Amino acid sequence: MAEAPPKREELVQITYSPPPGNWQNTRVEFRKGTFCYSAAAKNVRYLGMPNPRDWQPFEEDWKLPPDWKEIILKGMKERLERFRPFRLFMDICVRCGACADKCHFYLGSADPKNMPVLRAELIRSVYRRYFTFAGRIFRGLAGARELTEDVLKEWFYYFYQCTECRRCSVFCPFGIDTAEITMMVRELLNLVGVNTNWVLEPAANCYRVGNHLGIQPHAFKDSIEFAVDDVEEITGIRIEAPINRRGAEILFVVPSADYFATPHYYTLLGYLMLFHEIGLDYTFSTYASEGGNFGFFSSHELTKRLNAKIYAEARRLGVKWILGGECGHMWRVVHQFMDTLNGPADFLEEPVSPITGTRFENARSTKMVHICEFTADLIHHDKLTLDPSRNDHWTVTYHDPCNIARGMGLLEEPRYIQRRVCNQFYEMPENTIREQTFCCGSGAGLGTDENIEARLRGGLPRANAVKYVRGKYGVNLLTTICAIDKATLPTLLEYWVPGVEVGGVHELVGNALVMKGEKERTTDVRGQPLRPGKEAVINA
Amino acid sequence: MAAFLVGIVYRVLKWASSPVPFNIPTTCGQQKSLGWIKPSWIESPYTKLGVAVRMALEILLFRSLFRNTRAEIRRDGPRLLYFEDKWLWLGTLAFHWSMLLIVLRHLRFFVEPVPRFVFVIDGVDGFLQIGAPQILISDVVIVVALLYLLQRRFADPKVRYISLFADYLALFLLLGIAISGILMRYFFKVDLEAVKQLAIGLVTFSPTVPASIGVLFFVHLTMVSFLLAYFPFSKLVHMGGVFLSPTRNLANDSRMRRHVNPWDYPVKVHTYQEWEAEFHDKIKTADLPLERE
Repeated sequence: MAEAPPKREELVQITYSPPPGNWQNTRVEFRKGTFCYSAAAKNVRYLGMPNPRDWQPFEEDWKLPPDWKEIILKGMKERLERFRPFRLFMDICVRCGACADKCHFYLGSADPKNMPVLRAELIRSVYRRYFTFAGRIFRGLAGARELTEDVLKEWFYYFYQCTECRRCSVFCPFGIDTAEITMMVRELLNLVGVNTNWVLEPAANCYRVGNHLGIQPHAFKDSIEFAVDDVEEITGIRIEAPINRRGAEILFVVPSADYFATPHYYTLLGYLMLFHEIGLDYTFSTYASEGGNFGFFSSHELTKRLNAKIYAEARRLGVKWILGGECGHMWRVVHQFMDTLNGPADFLEEPVSPITGTRFENARSTKMVHICEFTADLIHHDKLTLDPSRNDHWTVTYHDPCNIARGMGLLEEPRYIQRRVCNQFYEMPENTIREQTFCCGSGAGLGTDENIEARLRGGLPRANAVKYVRGKYGVNLLTTICAIDKATLPTLLEYWVPGVEVGGVHELVGNALVMKGEKERTTDVRGQPLRPGKEAVINA
Repeated sequence: MAAFLVGIVYRVLKWASSPVPFNIPTTCGQQKSLGWIKPSWIESPYTKLGVAVRMALEILLFRSLFRNTRAEIRRDGPRLLYFEDKWLWLGTLAFHWSMLLIVLRHLRFFVEPVPRFVFVIDGVDGFLQIGAPQILISDVVIVVALLYLLQRRFADPKVRYISLFADYLALFLLLGIAISGILMRYFFKVDLEAVKQLAIGLVTFSPTVPASIGVLFFVHLTMVSFLLAYFPFSKLVHMGGVFLSPTRNLANDSRMRRHVNPWDYPVKVHTYQEWEAEFHDKIKTADLPLERE
């Protein structure tokens, strides 16, 4: 399935001058490496979604239902009535173009339809044709366009080339958020069975088994036990990692990659060491073994169906509150959607740190706390013994995940933690961090090898900022608190800026955390030797 | 005028009739979390006051546009380069503010007695005291700003590519109105008493058409009428829409206070019981706790 990535020299032949003619009439070419393959019929069927069949985007016939156009238009009408953002964002754009060069896909590809304004015009033109007075009468003159199969194909191509990162919405004078528009179009496409396997297979797995990777309960346990063994090897301490334990105080939910993929796994080791050290009364769950939510990349309904497991499991296990691991879109859903979708969580208690007594008032309704909020609070109250020199082999920069930055505003906590657990921490240029952070180019269900060219292009602005700090400060580790970043940035950085590894914030916490009764550490959580001479300092 | 008012009210009601199902502010600063971390109370507002200030900055000063930069990737390296680019912000701000001043100044044609603040605006606007009648700054600014916005649509290939007929129409219309107004004020004097007589006649629904008004005035009036009638059906409704934008006018308090979706409906879920039944043997073999043995 995977295509060999194109050469760097070819990829950077970028010219920002649009093609001749007008954009309304151009047809999409489905060139391999720029799009994702269709969802397998079995996954569509398992989720009970419409029109399961075998088809591929590069084929001429998409096997749409005969009344596809009516379905889409009816779906649009419903959504215009249900979502004010959708209706409003269809109406108020003035095409000032401020958003154009804010999109990582546009910067990396120069494809004009990757300008957020034009991406949105792809559906706005159809909205005008069928839902506005001027568009119905004046058609093309009013910027209206017929809904044809070619237009639908274009939607598929470009709305699966948007990572819902919201960077454009920071710069829009009206706050138009392309992520909202992308979500709407993807919902519409799903109504006629146009979707990708990279989104729906994880969603089907999550629905059935409990997590995106389809890891069944016994394999989950093996994975956690493996981590417990690794912690023992590194620290000499045998720890406990409870699973499905009723009556625990806290339910801990992580993205499934944390216990089944690298470099996520090193972050898991960090969590386990931290929880042991502070004696946290918590449990993992195999039923709710996924914090992430690939339903979010399909529809609000599927988001709700997958997300429901977290509160359901918290209720069943009788915990007091929920703690969540390092993940980007998981936190967009938890922070802005979960309470609305599956709340109220009135069976839980307002979260209080059992170690410091801090009430997490900012989470008093949703009752779910971010691990970085939790750990920052521990460090602030001096509850941890830290030796930052154990991270001296790393020169660190931090990548703000899009959802965490622009859909939550958690900016300082991870920085505070990292300044306390490592000695060499450098920021990337200010236009590329915090609320202006650049997406990895692989979010919102695009992180596969199938569309590697699109990803490499979309990841270029981020990688270029990393290259800057690599050159200036010798950065060799990029940390982030997003599972998709951790899965996709290693490929992108190896391509654009070799020599920079990717890791998590709690991986660094795990390295720096001095545990009671630990043996003299000779390696970091990756099993790499600590710098010679450092051990002596630790014991001094 | 009636079309304008009815149209705008209709559009705003139409937007308002669709609910905001989720709390989706775009956070542009630090959230309110731990007591010792300083939250960004305007860019990531968590109080009503914060939201109000954020909206005010957005509407009065175009805060988001102020962030604007120009970026491009150069092939050598490749390198991502940034350039300062506040022209769009300055151009639009100049246009909108002078437009507002001009609309307020025109009140003197419709209201008798003329409110005091209109004279104040006139005074400030003409403080350069050049020429007779005095040159009003807003007249100069609006034309320059509109010309800038127009040339941008032609000169910047990106913006030219995204521009629709409607985008040019709005700009030309506004330019036409501004220029015809300026011609009347400075070059081809119009009998202002007569204009006021006509305007008040129109506002009070008893129009009389005085003979002494020139053609230029009717050109001006026609274009204004067209603009007003066209306004509610065009992108110009952004004037009302910006107030309703959910990524700006909601507080980043979604974990503090539950946001209710009025059309929420139950969905099919995979329950724990179904899940346990499906994986029963594997859970048992792994020696994990079961609800039913």
